Amino acid sequence: MSWLLAPLAYQFMQRGLLASVIVGILCAVMGTYVVLRGMAFLGDAMAHAILPGVAIAYIFHSDLLIGAGVAAVVVALSIGFFSREGTVKEDTAIGILFAAALSLGVALISSMQTYAVDLSHILFGNVLGVSPSDLWLIGGLSFAILLTVGLLFKPFMVISFDPVLAATLRLPAELLRNLMLVLLALTVVVSLQTVGVSLAAAMLVTPAATAYLLTRRLWPMMLVSALIGALSSIIGLYLSYYFNIVSGSAIVLTATLFFLLGFLWKRTKLI
Amino acid sequence: MTHNPHRLEIVNVSIGYGEKIVMRDLSFQVPHGARVAVVGPNGAGKSTLFKALVGILPLQSGRILIHGELLGAHKDCVAYIPQREDVDWRFPVTVNDVVMMGRYSQMGWLSRPSKADKQIVRKSIEQMGITDLATRSIGQLSGGQQQRAFLARAIAQEPHILLMDEPFTGVDVTTREATLNLLDHLRDQQVTTIISTHDLNLAASRFDLVLLLNHKLIAFGKPQEVFVKENLTAAFGNSLLVMENGMMLVDECCPPEVEHQHSEVK
Repeated sequence: MSWLLAPLAYQFMQRGLLASVIVGILCAVMGTYVVLRGMAFLGDAMAHAILPGVAIAYIFHSDLLIGAGVAAVVVALSIGFFSREGTVKEDTAIGILFAAALSLGVALISSMQTYAVDLSHILFGNVLGVSPSDLWLIGGLSFAILLTVGLLFKPFMVISFDPVLAATLRLPAELLRNLMLVLLALTVVVSLQTVGVSLAAAMLVTPAATAYLLTRRLWPMMLVSALIGALSSIIGLYLSYYFNIVSGSAIVLTATLFFLLGFLWKRTKLI
Repeated sequence: MTHNPHRLEIVNVSIGYGEKIVMRDLSFQVPHGARVAVVGPNGAGKSTLFKALVGILPLQSGRILIHGELLGAHKDCVAYIPQREDVDWRFPVTVNDVVMMGRYSQMGWLSRPSKADKQIVRKSIEQMGITDLATRSIGQLSGGQQQRAFLARAIAQEPHILLMDEPFTGVDVTTREATLNLLDHLRDQQVTTIISTHDLNLAASRFDLVLLLNHKLIAFGKPQEVFVKENLTAAFGNSLLVMENGMMLVDECCPPEVEHQHSEVK
Protein backbone atom coordinates (compact mmCIF):
# COMPACT_ATOMS: atom_id res chain seq x y z
CA MET A 1 0.00 0.00 0.00
CA SER A 2 2.88 2.36 0.62
CA TRP A 3 3.43 2.87 -3.11
CA LEU A 4 -0.12 4.18 -3.33
CA LEU A 5 0.32 6.59 -0.45
CA ALA A 6 3.90 7.68 -1.03
CA PRO A 7 3.15 10.33 -3.68
CA LEU A 8 0.39 11.78 -1.55
CA ALA A 9 2.91 12.79 1.11
CA TYR A 10 3.50 15.91 -0.95
CA GLN A 11 0.85 18.61 -0.83
CA PHE A 12 1.42 19.63 -4.45
CA MET A 13 0.82 16.02 -5.39
CA GLN A 14 -2.47 15.96 -3.49
CA ARG A 15 -3.62 19.13 -5.23
CA GLY A 16 -2.44 17.81 -8.59
CA LEU A 17 -4.34 14.58 -8.13
CA LEU A 18 -7.51 16.37 -7.08
CA ALA A 19 -7.29 18.79 -10.00
CA SER A 20 -6.67 15.95 -12.47
CA VAL A 21 -9.66 13.97 -11.23
CA ILE A 22 -11.97 16.99 -11.41
CA VAL A 23 -10.77 17.84 -14.91
CA GLY A 24 -10.97 14.18 -15.93
CA ILE A 25 -14.62 14.03 -14.89
CA LEU A 26 -15.50 17.42 -16.37
CA CYS A 27 -13.91 16.70 -19.75
CA ALA A 28 -15.50 13.26 -19.87
CA VAL A 29 -19.01 14.63 -19.23
CA MET A 30 -18.74 17.49 -21.72
CA GLY A 31 -17.05 15.06 -24.07
CA THR A 32 -20.30 13.11 -24.26
CA TYR A 33 -21.81 15.99 -26.22
CA VAL A 34 -18.61 16.43 -28.22
CA VAL A 35 -18.77 12.78 -29.35
CA LEU A 36 -22.52 12.63 -29.93
CA ARG A 37 -22.81 15.93 -31.75
CA GLY A 38 -19.69 15.29 -33.81
CA MET A 39 -17.81 18.23 -32.32
CA ALA A 40 -14.41 16.51 -31.92
CA PHE A 41 -12.92 18.89 -34.44
CA LEU A 42 -14.46 21.79 -32.54
CA GLY A 43 -12.93 20.63 -29.24
CA ASP A 44 -9.51 20.48 -30.84
CA ALA A 45 -9.98 23.85 -32.49
CA MET A 46 -11.19 25.42 -29.28
CA ALA A 47 -8.16 24.18 -27.39
CA HIS A 48 -5.79 25.79 -29.88
CA ALA A 49 -7.89 28.88 -30.37
CA ILE A 50 -7.28 30.05 -26.81
CA LEU A 51 -3.60 30.59 -27.57
CA PRO A 52 -3.94 34.30 -28.53
CA GLY A 53 -5.83 34.97 -25.30
CA VAL A 54 -3.08 33.33 -23.33
CA ALA A 55 -0.41 35.25 -25.25
CA ILE A 56 -2.14 38.59 -24.67
CA ALA A 57 -2.58 37.83 -20.98
CA TYR A 58 1.09 36.93 -20.83
CA ILE A 59 2.14 40.19 -22.49
CA PHE A 60 0.09 42.23 -20.04
CA HIS A 61 1.14 40.12 -17.07
CA SER A 62 -2.41 39.23 -16.16
CA ASP A 63 -3.85 35.84 -15.27
CA LEU A 64 -3.33 33.38 -18.13
CA LEU A 65 -6.54 31.51 -17.26
CA ILE A 66 -8.61 34.67 -17.65
CA GLY A 67 -7.01 35.42 -21.03
CA ALA A 68 -7.69 31.85 -22.13
CA GLY A 69 -11.27 32.01 -20.88
CA VAL A 70 -12.06 35.24 -22.74
CA ALA A 71 -10.48 33.93 -25.96
CA ALA A 72 -12.34 30.63 -25.73
CA VAL A 73 -15.73 32.26 -25.21
CA VAL A 74 -15.10 34.74 -28.05
CA VAL A 75 -14.16 31.93 -30.44
CA ALA A 76 -17.11 29.77 -29.34
CA LEU A 77 -19.61 32.56 -29.93
CA SER A 78 -17.98 33.52 -33.25
CA ILE A 79 -18.41 29.96 -34.49
CA GLY A 80 -22.07 30.10 -33.48
CA PHE A 81 -22.39 33.49 -35.21
CA PHE A 82 -20.80 32.50 -38.53
CA SER A 83 -22.66 29.20 -38.81
CA ARG A 84 -26.01 30.64 -37.80
CA GLU A 85 -28.86 29.58 -40.08
CA GLY A 86 -26.36 27.74 -42.25
CA THR A 87 -24.71 30.82 -43.81
CA VAL A 88 -21.38 28.98 -43.50
CA LYS A 89 -21.18 25.31 -42.56
CA GLU A 90 -20.18 24.82 -38.94
CA ASP A 91 -17.01 22.84 -39.66
CA THR A 92 -15.95 25.47 -42.20
CA ALA A 93 -16.49 28.23 -39.64
CA ILE A 94 -14.47 26.21 -37.13
CA GLY A 95 -11.66 25.64 -39.62
CA ILE A 96 -11.38 29.33 -40.43
CA LEU A 97 -11.51 30.57 -36.83
CA PHE A 98 -9.22 27.81 -35.57
CA ALA A 99 -6.52 28.71 -38.09
CA ALA A 100 -6.98 32.46 -37.56
CA ALA A 101 -6.77 32.23 -33.76
CA LEU A 102 -3.81 29.88 -33.84
CA SER A 103 -1.96 32.17 -36.27
CA LEU A 104 -2.72 35.19 -34.14
CA GLY A 105 -1.42 33.33 -31.08
CA VAL A 106 1.80 32.33 -32.81
CA ALA A 107 2.24 35.86 -34.21
CA LEU A 108 1.88 37.36 -30.75
CA ILE A 109 4.22 34.85 -29.18
CA SER A 110 6.87 35.32 -31.86
CA SER A 111 6.85 39.07 -31.21
CA MET A 112 7.80 38.55 -27.58
CA GLN A 113 11.33 38.97 -26.32
CA THR A 114 11.22 36.07 -23.95
CA TYR A 115 8.69 33.42 -23.42
CA ALA A 116 9.57 30.37 -21.54
CA VAL A 117 8.17 28.11 -18.91
CA ASP A 118 4.63 29.45 -18.54
CA LEU A 119 3.77 29.08 -22.19
CA SER A 120 5.03 25.54 -22.42
CA HIS A 121 2.94 24.79 -19.36
CA ILE A 122 -0.07 26.13 -21.20
CA LEU A 123 0.66 23.77 -24.08
CA PHE A 124 1.39 20.64 -22.08
CA GLY A 125 -0.04 21.32 -18.66
CA ASN A 126 1.65 21.59 -15.31
CA VAL A 127 -0.33 19.47 -12.96
CA LEU A 128 2.25 19.67 -10.17
CA GLY A 129 2.12 23.45 -10.20
CA VAL A 130 -1.54 23.67 -9.19
CA SER A 131 -1.76 26.29 -6.44
CA PRO A 132 -4.53 26.23 -3.82
CA SER A 133 -6.21 29.19 -5.56
CA ASP A 134 -5.98 27.38 -8.93
CA LEU A 135 -7.64 24.40 -7.33
CA TRP A 136 -10.50 26.55 -6.07
CA LEU A 137 -10.92 28.04 -9.54
CA ILE A 138 -10.88 24.61 -11.20
CA GLY A 139 -13.28 23.19 -8.64
CA GLY A 140 -15.67 26.13 -8.76
CA LEU A 141 -15.83 26.35 -12.56
CA SER A 142 -16.22 22.59 -12.91
CA PHE A 143 -19.04 22.54 -10.40
CA ALA A 144 -20.83 25.36 -12.24
CA ILE A 145 -20.44 23.63 -15.62
CA LEU A 146 -21.58 20.23 -14.35
CA LEU A 147 -24.53 21.80 -12.56
CA THR A 148 -25.60 23.51 -15.80
CA VAL A 149 -25.30 20.23 -17.69
CA GLY A 150 -27.40 18.51 -15.01
CA LEU A 151 -30.12 21.16 -15.10
CA LEU A 152 -30.24 21.30 -18.90
CA PHE A 153 -29.90 17.56 -19.41
CA LYS A 154 -33.26 17.18 -21.17
CA PRO A 155 -33.08 20.26 -23.42
CA PHE A 156 -29.51 19.37 -24.45
CA MET A 157 -30.63 15.82 -25.23
CA VAL A 158 -33.55 16.98 -27.37
CA ILE A 159 -31.59 19.56 -29.40
CA SER A 160 -28.90 16.93 -30.06
CA PHE A 161 -31.15 14.00 -30.89
CA ASP A 162 -34.11 15.58 -32.65
CA PRO A 163 -33.84 19.31 -33.50
CA VAL A 164 -37.32 19.25 -35.02
CA LEU A 165 -38.85 18.17 -31.72
CA ALA A 166 -36.91 20.98 -30.08
CA ALA A 167 -38.58 23.38 -32.51
CA THR A 168 -42.09 22.03 -31.94
CA LEU A 169 -41.57 22.27 -28.18
CA ARG A 170 -40.36 25.86 -28.65
CA LEU A 171 -36.96 25.28 -27.11
CA PRO A 172 -34.57 28.19 -27.69
CA ALA A 173 -32.26 25.93 -29.69
CA GLU A 174 -29.92 28.67 -30.87
CA LEU A 175 -29.35 29.88 -27.31
CA LEU A 176 -28.83 26.35 -26.01
CA ARG A 177 -26.37 25.58 -28.80
CA ASN A 178 -24.33 28.69 -27.94
CA LEU A 179 -24.48 27.88 -24.25
CA MET A 180 -23.13 24.44 -25.00
CA LEU A 181 -20.23 25.98 -26.94
CA VAL A 182 -19.47 28.31 -24.04
CA LEU A 183 -19.51 25.39 -21.57
CA LEU A 184 -17.16 23.52 -23.87
CA ALA A 185 -14.86 26.53 -24.07
CA LEU A 186 -14.77 26.85 -20.28
CA THR A 187 -14.04 23.13 -20.00
CA VAL A 188 -11.01 23.53 -22.25
CA VAL A 189 -9.83 26.46 -20.13
CA VAL A 190 -10.21 24.47 -16.91
CA SER A 191 -8.24 21.56 -18.36
CA LEU A 192 -5.39 23.88 -19.36
CA GLN A 193 -3.59 23.40 -16.06
CA THR A 194 -3.64 19.62 -15.95
CA VAL A 195 -3.34 18.28 -19.49
CA GLY A 196 -2.60 21.46 -21.40
CA VAL A 197 -3.97 22.87 -24.62
CA SER A 198 -2.61 20.20 -26.92
CA LEU A 199 -4.03 17.25 -24.99
CA ALA A 200 -7.34 18.72 -23.81
CA ALA A 201 -9.06 17.60 -26.99
CA ALA A 202 -8.07 13.99 -26.28
CA MET A 203 -9.59 14.13 -22.80
CA LEU A 204 -12.79 15.48 -24.34
CA VAL A 205 -13.10 12.72 -26.90
CA THR A 206 -11.45 9.53 -25.67
CA PRO A 207 -13.36 8.72 -22.43
CA ALA A 208 -16.71 9.65 -24.00
CA ALA A 209 -15.99 7.57 -27.11
CA THR A 210 -15.15 4.61 -24.85
CA ALA A 211 -18.37 5.08 -22.88
CA TYR A 212 -20.34 5.21 -26.14
CA LEU A 213 -19.10 1.69 -26.92
CA LEU A 214 -20.18 0.36 -23.53
CA THR A 215 -23.61 1.94 -22.96
CA ARG A 216 -26.82 2.64 -24.86
CA ARG A 217 -28.46 5.45 -22.92
CA LEU A 218 -27.24 9.00 -22.43
CA TRP A 219 -27.21 9.15 -18.64
CA PRO A 220 -25.21 5.90 -18.16
CA MET A 221 -22.91 7.02 -20.96
CA MET A 222 -22.09 10.18 -19.01
CA LEU A 223 -21.47 8.24 -15.79
CA VAL A 224 -19.22 5.65 -17.42
CA SER A 225 -17.39 8.39 -19.29
CA ALA A 226 -16.82 10.31 -16.03
CA LEU A 227 -15.57 7.14 -14.35
CA ILE A 228 -13.10 6.48 -17.16
CA GLY A 229 -11.98 10.11 -17.08
CA ALA A 230 -11.38 10.00 -13.33
CA LEU A 231 -9.58 6.64 -13.42
CA SER A 232 -7.38 7.74 -16.32
CA SER A 233 -6.36 10.83 -14.38
CA ILE A 234 -5.48 8.87 -11.23
CA ILE A 235 -3.63 6.06 -13.01
CA GLY A 236 -1.92 8.53 -15.34
CA LEU A 237 -0.68 10.65 -12.50
CA TYR A 238 0.80 7.64 -10.65
CA LEU A 239 2.47 6.50 -13.87
CA SER A 240 3.90 9.96 -14.30
CA TYR A 241 5.19 9.94 -10.71
CA TYR A 242 6.87 6.54 -10.83
CA PHE A 243 8.11 6.55 -14.43
CA ASN A 244 8.92 10.23 -14.57
CA ILE A 245 6.91 11.05 -17.69
CA VAL A 246 4.89 14.18 -18.49
CA SER A 247 1.61 13.89 -16.58
CA GLY A 248 -0.65 15.07 -19.43
CA SER A 249 0.72 12.40 -21.76
CA ALA A 250 0.42 9.70 -19.12
CA ILE A 251 -3.24 10.60 -18.49
CA VAL A 252 -4.15 10.67 -22.17
CA LEU A 253 -2.30 7.40 -22.86
CA THR A 254 -4.19 5.71 -20.01
CA ALA A 255 -7.49 6.94 -21.41
CA THR A 256 -6.46 5.61 -24.83
CA LEU A 257 -5.74 2.21 -23.28
CA PHE A 258 -9.28 2.19 -21.82
CA PHE A 259 -10.60 3.00 -25.27
CA LEU A 260 -8.71 0.11 -26.87
CA LEU A 261 -10.05 -2.29 -24.22
CA GLY A 262 -13.58 -1.01 -24.78
CA PHE A 263 -13.16 -1.32 -28.53
CA LEU A 264 -11.93 -4.92 -28.26
CA TRP A 265 -14.82 -5.77 -25.92
CA LYS A 266 -17.31 -4.31 -28.38
CA ARG A 267 -15.78 -6.19 -31.33
CA THR A 268 -15.78 -9.55 -29.54
CA LYS A 269 -19.37 -8.96 -28.44
CA LEU A 270 -20.47 -8.28 -32.00
CA ILE A 271 -18.89 -11.45 -33.38
CA MET B 1 -62.02 30.59 -28.11
CA THR B 2 -62.56 26.96 -27.15
CA HIS B 3 -65.64 26.65 -29.36
CA ASN B 4 -64.05 28.17 -32.39
CA PRO B 5 -64.79 25.60 -35.08
CA HIS B 6 -61.46 26.10 -36.76
CA ARG B 7 -58.67 24.35 -35.00
CA LEU B 8 -56.13 25.41 -37.55
CA GLU B 9 -56.39 28.49 -39.72
CA ILE B 10 -53.90 29.44 -42.42
CA VAL B 11 -54.35 33.02 -43.56
CA ASN B 12 -52.60 34.37 -46.69
CA VAL B 13 -49.42 32.53 -45.85
CA SER B 14 -46.33 32.77 -48.06
CA ILE B 15 -43.32 30.65 -47.19
CA GLY B 16 -39.85 30.45 -48.69
CA TYR B 17 -36.13 30.39 -48.23
CA GLY B 18 -34.67 33.88 -48.48
CA GLU B 19 -35.66 35.37 -51.84
CA LYS B 20 -37.19 32.17 -53.14
CA ILE B 21 -40.89 31.83 -52.40
CA VAL B 22 -41.98 28.18 -52.34
CA MET B 23 -45.60 28.62 -51.28
CA ARG B 24 -47.58 31.68 -52.23
CA ASP B 25 -50.65 33.15 -50.57
CA LEU B 26 -52.03 29.98 -49.02
CA SER B 27 -55.29 30.10 -47.08
CA PHE B 28 -57.38 27.27 -45.67
CA GLN B 29 -59.12 26.21 -42.48
CA VAL B 30 -59.15 22.82 -40.82
CA PRO B 31 -61.94 21.86 -38.38
CA HIS B 32 -61.55 19.77 -35.22
CA GLY B 33 -60.61 16.15 -35.64
CA ALA B 34 -60.38 16.27 -39.42
CA ARG B 35 -57.96 14.00 -41.25
CA VAL B 36 -56.29 16.00 -43.99
CA ALA B 37 -54.18 14.53 -46.77
CA VAL B 38 -51.70 16.91 -48.36
CA VAL B 39 -50.96 15.92 -51.95
CA GLY B 40 -49.15 17.45 -54.89
CA PRO B 41 -46.17 16.77 -57.13
CA ASN B 42 -42.62 16.55 -55.81
CA GLY B 43 -41.23 19.92 -54.84
CA ALA B 44 -44.72 21.40 -54.63
CA GLY B 45 -43.94 22.74 -51.17
CA LYS B 46 -45.50 20.05 -48.98
CA SER B 47 -42.49 19.68 -46.68
CA THR B 48 -42.05 23.44 -46.67
CA LEU B 49 -45.62 23.84 -45.47
CA PHE B 50 -44.98 21.32 -42.68
CA LYS B 51 -41.85 23.13 -41.60
CA ALA B 52 -43.84 26.34 -41.37
CA LEU B 53 -46.62 24.64 -39.41
CA VAL B 54 -44.07 23.29 -36.93
CA GLY B 55 -42.47 26.70 -36.66
CA ILE B 56 -39.02 25.80 -38.00
CA LEU B 57 -39.40 28.01 -41.04
CA PRO B 58 -40.52 31.60 -40.44
CA LEU B 59 -43.37 32.90 -42.59
CA GLN B 60 -42.65 35.51 -45.27
CA SER B 61 -46.15 36.85 -44.73
CA GLY B 62 -49.52 35.81 -43.42
CA ARG B 63 -50.59 34.14 -40.19
CA ILE B 64 -51.04 30.64 -38.81
CA LEU B 65 -53.66 30.44 -36.07
CA ILE B 66 -54.27 27.50 -33.77
CA HIS B 67 -57.43 27.77 -31.67
CA GLY B 68 -57.53 31.36 -32.89
CA GLU B 69 -54.13 32.13 -31.40
CA LEU B 70 -50.86 32.67 -33.24
CA LEU B 71 -48.61 29.66 -33.75
CA GLY B 72 -46.26 29.41 -30.80
CA ALA B 73 -48.75 30.62 -28.21
CA HIS B 74 -49.43 26.99 -27.31
CA LYS B 75 -46.26 25.18 -26.40
CA ASP B 76 -46.99 21.58 -27.17
CA CYS B 77 -50.22 21.15 -29.04
CA VAL B 78 -48.53 20.34 -32.34
CA ALA B 79 -46.75 16.98 -32.66
CA TYR B 80 -44.63 16.15 -35.67
CA ILE B 81 -43.23 12.89 -36.94
CA PRO B 82 -39.78 13.90 -38.17
CA GLN B 83 -38.36 12.76 -41.47
CA ARG B 84 -35.60 10.18 -41.24
CA GLU B 85 -32.75 12.56 -41.95
CA ASP B 86 -33.80 14.93 -39.16
CA VAL B 87 -32.94 12.46 -36.40
CA ASP B 88 -29.54 11.28 -35.15
CA TRP B 89 -30.05 7.51 -35.20
CA ARG B 90 -26.75 6.79 -33.48
CA PHE B 91 -27.75 8.77 -30.40
CA PRO B 92 -27.80 6.60 -27.25
CA VAL B 93 -31.52 6.52 -26.46
CA THR B 94 -33.93 3.62 -26.03
CA VAL B 95 -37.47 3.51 -27.42
CA ASN B 96 -38.66 4.33 -23.90
CA ASP B 97 -36.45 7.42 -23.77
CA VAL B 98 -37.71 8.61 -27.14
CA VAL B 99 -41.35 8.26 -26.17
CA MET B 100 -40.70 9.94 -22.81
CA MET B 101 -39.42 13.00 -24.73
CA GLY B 102 -43.03 13.52 -25.75
CA ARG B 103 -43.81 14.22 -22.08
CA TYR B 104 -40.95 16.66 -21.44
CA SER B 105 -42.87 19.80 -22.15
CA GLN B 106 -45.80 18.86 -19.92
CA MET B 107 -43.74 17.48 -17.03
CA GLY B 108 -41.47 20.53 -17.04
CA TRP B 109 -37.86 20.59 -18.18
CA LEU B 110 -36.45 20.28 -14.69
CA SER B 111 -38.76 17.64 -13.22
CA ARG B 112 -38.48 13.90 -13.20
CA PRO B 113 -41.20 11.85 -14.90
CA SER B 114 -44.20 11.24 -12.65
CA LYS B 115 -46.12 7.96 -12.39
CA ALA B 116 -48.72 9.40 -14.73
CA ASP B 117 -46.03 10.25 -17.31
CA LYS B 118 -44.64 6.72 -17.15
CA GLN B 119 -48.14 5.31 -17.49
CA ILE B 120 -48.83 7.40 -20.61
CA VAL B 121 -45.51 6.35 -22.13
CA ARG B 122 -46.21 2.68 -21.47
CA LYS B 123 -49.69 2.92 -22.99
CA SER B 124 -48.47 4.79 -26.07
CA ILE B 125 -45.81 2.15 -26.69
CA GLU B 126 -48.37 -0.58 -26.20
CA GLN B 127 -50.77 1.08 -28.61
CA MET B 128 -48.16 1.06 -31.36
CA GLY B 129 -47.38 -2.61 -30.67
CA ILE B 130 -43.72 -2.19 -29.77
CA THR B 131 -43.79 -3.06 -26.06
CA ASP B 132 -41.20 -5.80 -26.55
CA LEU B 133 -38.83 -3.24 -28.11
CA ALA B 134 -39.15 -0.63 -25.35
CA THR B 135 -35.65 -1.09 -23.92
CA ARG B 136 -33.89 -1.42 -27.28
CA SER B 137 -31.74 1.34 -28.73
CA ILE B 138 -33.61 3.36 -31.33
CA GLY B 139 -30.82 2.76 -33.83
CA GLN B 140 -31.24 -1.03 -33.68
CA LEU B 141 -34.84 -0.93 -34.89
CA SER B 142 -36.05 -1.33 -38.46
CA GLY B 143 -37.33 1.73 -40.29
CA GLY B 144 -40.95 0.81 -39.68
CA GLN B 145 -40.37 0.12 -36.00
CA GLN B 146 -38.59 3.45 -35.67
CA GLN B 147 -41.58 5.19 -37.20
CA ARG B 148 -43.89 3.45 -34.75
CA ALA B 149 -41.67 4.59 -31.88
CA PHE B 150 -42.04 8.17 -33.09
CA LEU B 151 -45.78 7.72 -33.48
CA ALA B 152 -45.87 6.51 -29.87
CA ARG B 153 -44.01 9.66 -28.89
CA ALA B 154 -46.55 11.76 -30.75
CA ILE B 155 -49.41 10.06 -28.87
CA ALA B 156 -47.61 10.57 -25.55
CA GLN B 157 -47.40 14.26 -26.37
CA GLU B 158 -51.24 14.35 -26.36
CA PRO B 159 -51.31 16.87 -29.20
CA HIS B 160 -54.28 18.66 -30.74
CA ILE B 161 -52.69 18.55 -34.16
CA LEU B 162 -50.48 15.78 -35.51
CA LEU B 163 -48.32 16.37 -38.59
CA MET B 164 -46.73 13.57 -40.58
CA ASP B 165 -44.56 14.07 -43.63
CA GLU B 166 -44.73 11.03 -45.94
CA PRO B 167 -45.39 8.36 -43.28
CA PHE B 168 -46.41 5.78 -45.89
CA THR B 169 -43.40 5.91 -48.17
CA GLY B 170 -40.97 3.06 -47.76
CA VAL B 171 -42.53 1.43 -44.68
CA ASP B 172 -43.61 -2.16 -44.10
CA VAL B 173 -47.26 -3.28 -44.11
CA THR B 174 -47.45 -3.56 -40.30
CA THR B 175 -46.35 0.03 -39.84
CA ARG B 176 -48.67 1.22 -42.58
CA GLU B 177 -51.62 -0.49 -40.88
CA ALA B 178 -50.55 0.73 -37.42
CA THR B 179 -50.36 4.27 -38.78
CA LEU B 180 -53.79 4.06 -40.42
CA ASN B 181 -55.35 2.57 -37.27
CA LEU B 182 -53.81 5.38 -35.30
CA LEU B 183 -55.47 7.90 -37.61
CA ASP B 184 -58.90 6.40 -36.85
CA HIS B 185 -58.15 6.35 -33.15
CA LEU B 186 -56.99 9.97 -33.19
CA ARG B 187 -60.13 11.08 -34.98
CA ASP B 188 -62.19 9.55 -32.19
CA GLN B 189 -60.19 11.71 -29.80
CA GLN B 190 -60.79 14.83 -31.90
CA VAL B 191 -57.14 15.15 -32.82
CA THR B 192 -56.58 16.87 -36.15
CA THR B 193 -54.14 14.98 -38.38
CA ILE B 194 -52.38 16.47 -41.39
CA ILE B 195 -50.42 14.04 -43.51
CA SER B 196 -48.56 14.38 -46.77
CA THR B 197 -48.64 11.41 -49.11
CA HIS B 198 -47.96 10.32 -52.68
CA ASP B 199 -50.64 7.69 -52.46
CA LEU B 200 -53.69 9.34 -54.05
CA ASN B 201 -55.86 6.26 -53.51
CA LEU B 202 -55.14 6.37 -49.81
CA ALA B 203 -55.83 10.10 -49.74
CA ALA B 204 -59.18 9.50 -51.44
CA SER B 205 -60.26 6.59 -49.27
CA ARG B 206 -58.98 7.23 -45.74
CA PHE B 207 -59.08 11.01 -45.34
CA ASP B 208 -61.86 13.53 -44.72
CA LEU B 209 -60.22 16.37 -46.59
CA VAL B 210 -57.60 16.72 -49.29
CA LEU B 211 -55.29 19.68 -49.74
CA LEU B 212 -53.92 19.75 -53.29
CA LEU B 213 -50.86 21.94 -53.67
CA ASN B 214 -48.47 23.11 -56.31
CA HIS B 215 -46.65 26.13 -54.92
CA LYS B 216 -50.10 27.48 -54.18
CA LEU B 217 -53.48 26.13 -53.23
CA ILE B 218 -55.02 24.21 -56.14
CA ALA B 219 -57.99 22.79 -54.27
CA PHE B 220 -59.11 22.00 -50.74
CA GLY B 221 -62.16 19.99 -49.78
CA LYS B 222 -63.66 16.50 -49.74
CA PRO B 223 -61.66 13.99 -51.80
CA GLN B 224 -64.34 13.53 -54.48
CA GLU B 225 -64.53 17.31 -54.97
CA VAL B 226 -60.78 17.79 -55.12
CA PHE B 227 -59.85 14.86 -57.33
CA VAL B 228 -61.32 16.08 -60.60
CA LYS B 229 -59.55 16.46 -63.89
CA GLU B 230 -59.15 20.26 -63.81
CA ASN B 231 -57.52 20.23 -60.38
CA LEU B 232 -55.25 17.29 -61.12
CA THR B 233 -54.13 18.88 -64.38
CA ALA B 234 -53.39 22.10 -62.56
CA ALA B 235 -51.35 20.26 -59.94
CA PHE B 236 -49.57 17.57 -61.90
CA GLY B 237 -49.51 19.04 -65.42
CA ASN B 238 -47.94 16.65 -67.90
CA SER B 239 -47.62 13.86 -65.33
CA LEU B 240 -51.38 13.35 -65.59
CA LEU B 241 -52.74 10.94 -68.14
CA VAL B 242 -56.50 10.74 -68.72
CA MET B 243 -57.67 7.40 -70.13
CA GLU B 244 -60.67 6.94 -72.40
CA ASN B 245 -62.76 5.26 -69.69
CA GLY B 246 -62.33 8.25 -67.42
CA MET B 247 -59.51 6.77 -65.41
CA MET B 248 -56.74 9.15 -64.59
CA LEU B 249 -53.14 8.14 -64.08
CA VAL B 250 -50.62 10.26 -62.28
CA ASP B 251 -47.09 9.34 -63.16
CA GLU B 252 -44.74 10.93 -60.79
CA CYS B 253 -41.52 10.04 -59.23
CA CYS B 254 -41.27 9.64 -55.53
CA PRO B 255 -38.52 10.63 -53.11
CA PRO B 256 -35.16 9.32 -54.34
CA GLU B 257 -34.84 6.36 -51.96
CA VAL B 258 -38.25 4.97 -52.89
CA GLU B 259 -38.94 2.95 -55.99
CA HIS B 260 -40.66 4.61 -58.90
CA GLN B 261 -44.37 4.11 -58.42
CA HIS B 262 -47.62 4.90 -60.14
CA SER B 263 -50.54 6.22 -58.19
CA GLU B 264 -53.94 6.15 -59.75
CA VAL B 265 -57.33 7.63 -59.03
CA LYS B 266 -60.65 6.55 -60.39
